[in-house]
Amino acid sequence: MTHAAQPSPVAEPVRNTKNAATVQIAFLLAGTLLLALAPLFFYPIFLMKILCFALFAFAFNLLLGYTGLLSFGHATFFGGAAYFTAHAVKEWGLPVELGILVGVAGAAVLGLIMGFFAIRRQGIYFAMITLALSQMFFFFCLQAGFTHGEDGIQSVPRGHLLGFIDLNSSTNMYYFVLAVFVIGIVVIWRFINSPFGMILKSIRENEQRAISLGYSVARYKLGAFVMSAALAGLAGAMKALVFQFATLTDVAWQMSGEVILMTLLGGIGTLIGPIFGAGLVVTLQNYLATSDFPVTIITGVVFMVCVLVFRRGIIGEFYASRLGRRLGFQHRR
Amino acid sequence: MTTIFGIPLAALFGQLLIGLINGSFYALLSLGLAVIFGLLRVINFAHGAQYMLGAFVAYLLLQYIGIGYWPALIVAPLIVGAFGALVERFLLSRLYNLDPLYGLLFTFGMALAIEGTFRYFYGASGQPYAPPALLTGGTNLGFMFLPNYRGWVVVVSLIVCIGTWLLIEKTKIGSYLRAATENSTLVQSFGINVPMLLTLTYGLGAALAAFAGVLAAPIYQVSPLMGSNIIIVVFAVVVVGGMGSIMGAIITGYVLGVAEGLTKVFYPEASNIVVFVIMAIVLLLRPAGLFGRDG
Amino acid sequence: MKPFLEIADLHAWYGESHVLHGVDMTVGEGEMVTILGRNGVGKTTTLRTIIGILRERRGRIVLGGKDMMDVPLHRTAHHGIGFVPEERGIFSTLTVEENLMLPPVVASGGMSLDEIFELFPNLHERRSSPGTKLSGGEQQMLAMARILRTGVRVLLLDEPTEGLAPVIVQRIGEVLKKLKERGMTVLLVEQNFRFASKIADRFYLMDHGQIVGTFPVAELPDQMGMLNKVLGV
Repeated sequence: MTHAAQPSPVAEPVRNTKNAATVQIAFLLAGTLLLALAPLFFYPIFLMKILCFALFAFAFNLLLGYTGLLSFGHATFFGGAAYFTAHAVKEWGLPVELGILVGVAGAAVLGLIMGFFAIRRQGIYFAMITLALSQMFFFFCLQAGFTHGEDGIQSVPRGHLLGFIDLNSSTNMYYFVLAVFVIGIVVIWRFINSPFGMILKSIRENEQRAISLGYSVARYKLGAFVMSAALAGLAGAMKALVFQFATLTDVAWQMSGEVILMTLLGGIGTLIGPIFGAGLVVTLQNYLATSDFPVTIITGVVFMVCVLVFRRGIIGEFYASRLGRRLGFQHRR
Repeated sequence: MTTIFGIPLAALFGQLLIGLINGSFYALLSLGLAVIFGLLRVINFAHGAQYMLGAFVAYLLLQYIGIGYWPALIVAPLIVGAFGALVERFLLSRLYNLDPLYGLLFTFGMALAIEGTFRYFYGASGQPYAPPALLTGGTNLGFMFLPNYRGWVVVVSLIVCIGTWLLIEKTKIGSYLRAATENSTLVQSFGINVPMLLTLTYGLGAALAAFAGVLAAPIYQVSPLMGSNIIIVVFAVVVVGGMGSIMGAIITGYVLGVAEGLTKVFYPEASNIVVFVIMAIVLLLRPAGLFGRDG
Repeated sequence: MKPFLEIADLHAWYGESHVLHGVDMTVGEGEMVTILGRNGVGKTTTLRTIIGILRERRGRIVLGGKDMMDVPLHRTAHHGIGFVPEERGIFSTLTVEENLMLPPVVASGGMSLDEIFELFPNLHERRSSPGTKLSGGEQQMLAMARILRTGVRVLLLDEPTEGLAPVIVQRIGEVLKKLKERGMTVLLVEQNFRFASKIADRFYLMDHGQIVGTFPVAELPDQMGMLNKVLGV
């Protein structure tokens, strides 16, 4: 079907000039410093929630922003890992580090399975397949014994990190979460800039050309999918330890929608956008939790408004603003 | 008592009927999705919400204005269709020159907003809606007992599906739609108002969903969650059937509904995921979908 | 409505790419004017910009005294202008008859169905076949026939003879002659310059998105030198 104009791709991450790269690193260092000091001003649980969801959004952005694949099923990896880690730590008595590993590994396996089926189709169909498979996992969690159905897994013990750091202390837990978060960001950053990441970029920009150059496009997409799933699993595993429970909400399709919203709000394809999106959404949810107002309606309206007039997201708009351009960032139209 | 594979015949046919009924809804809904997607290249995530709206409009018409089932079958789709047309005209149409995923995200947001609104007023529970007096009770067919309303649902949805197919394949305005699906700019250069056609098509899709909702009201109860529960299954149906063909969407809907019904008889625990399993199998064997013509 | 077409300083873009650099041309009522030029110089783009399929455009397009720049694409035909694209645009999901009847009648004076079937007998025979089951030549006939039914007075024809056998090309030449007799105004893009020389009244020569020359058919022999240079014939 011919359209009058070419559709602009969803995933066209902002390309940065050399100057911008320096500014970005400066931002990241400043950001880390701010986050390290943040518990002095905000409740640790609130901050930890933001960090977990920010990591989730970063993982999602890796798939959408850098690979150009919209998954509607990321709750499976986030919530699935939450369940696996919760079960491993509570029922099997594994130490925290191993529990997290179980969660991440489980999410990676789920990612491999879901990705294997979904990669067979493109675009819209890909999204629908991920949604359907995710729903299948939801039903599985609803009925499986170890998840305890509607109750979920409660009272997940945090244990001791490395055997001696007591994670029941909010402060200790916070810095642990922050450390994992930073590690996660670094992993993503290295991944994007690795040869694998470069090939992903070329696939996204011109898939036909990549195929003609001999790259097995499906394999690369699957690799990106599994990576994204594993990192989303890391976020979910941490979340289970922070809040000390894992529930069906974590694997429901609404959760998949939430992470999409965070990424959209923050800026698809930007490096630091997701944390702003996550921060905004978590703050909004906290604020509305005390009131009577339904969060779903606001989420829905924000989605619609964003897609219509705010597609670049917070960071994307910043990159396109005068200040952003002066700092050397390039933006997409 | 006659049995097949150890299942009493009456029970088997009873489940088959339920499967046919679910299939009717899957067919109607995937038909609407296919019609919208074919021309607008948008996946209407709000389709489930429009289905729910149809049921709720029928319920509200009865509660507050005393308009019953039979008029509601026409009025509810008209209202929801008009609402859909307005959304397309003023909001959705702005997204056509973007990546189609934005259309999916926009309609997703719309679904959340609509569902959230009704959840706010009605909670998660369902409101009852009585079948019309003419269709209460049932008929004894010998091998099973057929509730009249359910028989009606199967028959009328089949009629509407075939009627829609005829509209698209055999009429003049259907030829406009088919041509515009192939090459929208050329069709416009002939002097055909394609933007209006897009609006009407989206309205038609929404109306079809709402019609299914009215049909569903006496069977499933009128609940704000009914849309999101069914839309994900319908997505799997369209992945299986492919959205290139209207008839394909209809056939796949009925077949998968019956498959679900049969699974309920022989392996009940798997019944709510069997459609997804079939989807996975089809993806392995025939990635383009059973009737797919597009990627 | 005077089917008199005037193009002034027409610019057009495909995204960032500036493809037409100020095209000027006029077509008088009843004239058959041909645009000549090598592949890729902007001939098809010019037609698509005039009809409005290509919207990133600037300049003047005046049809019968009416400024067409702000007319939406789906209203353009109603001002009496029709377009037969290079790829013909026959719809595979429509029958031949549905293809023929698709463009609405926008003015009186169009060909009746009887006249069309007299001119193109194959179309009547194959009317229930899917449109794309026709041969290339038949599809070209269909693409022209459906526009002729609508009553437009100005026809934009993009390479009607491309890829067709000589006997079909001759047929198309006859059709165009008949159209001329009926007073149709035609802007034709043709690579087959021998074909064009038999029916056109005037030529425009195009290169790099601009008009580089124009002459009536009478001057054709004198212009052969320049034509050889620009067209590489």
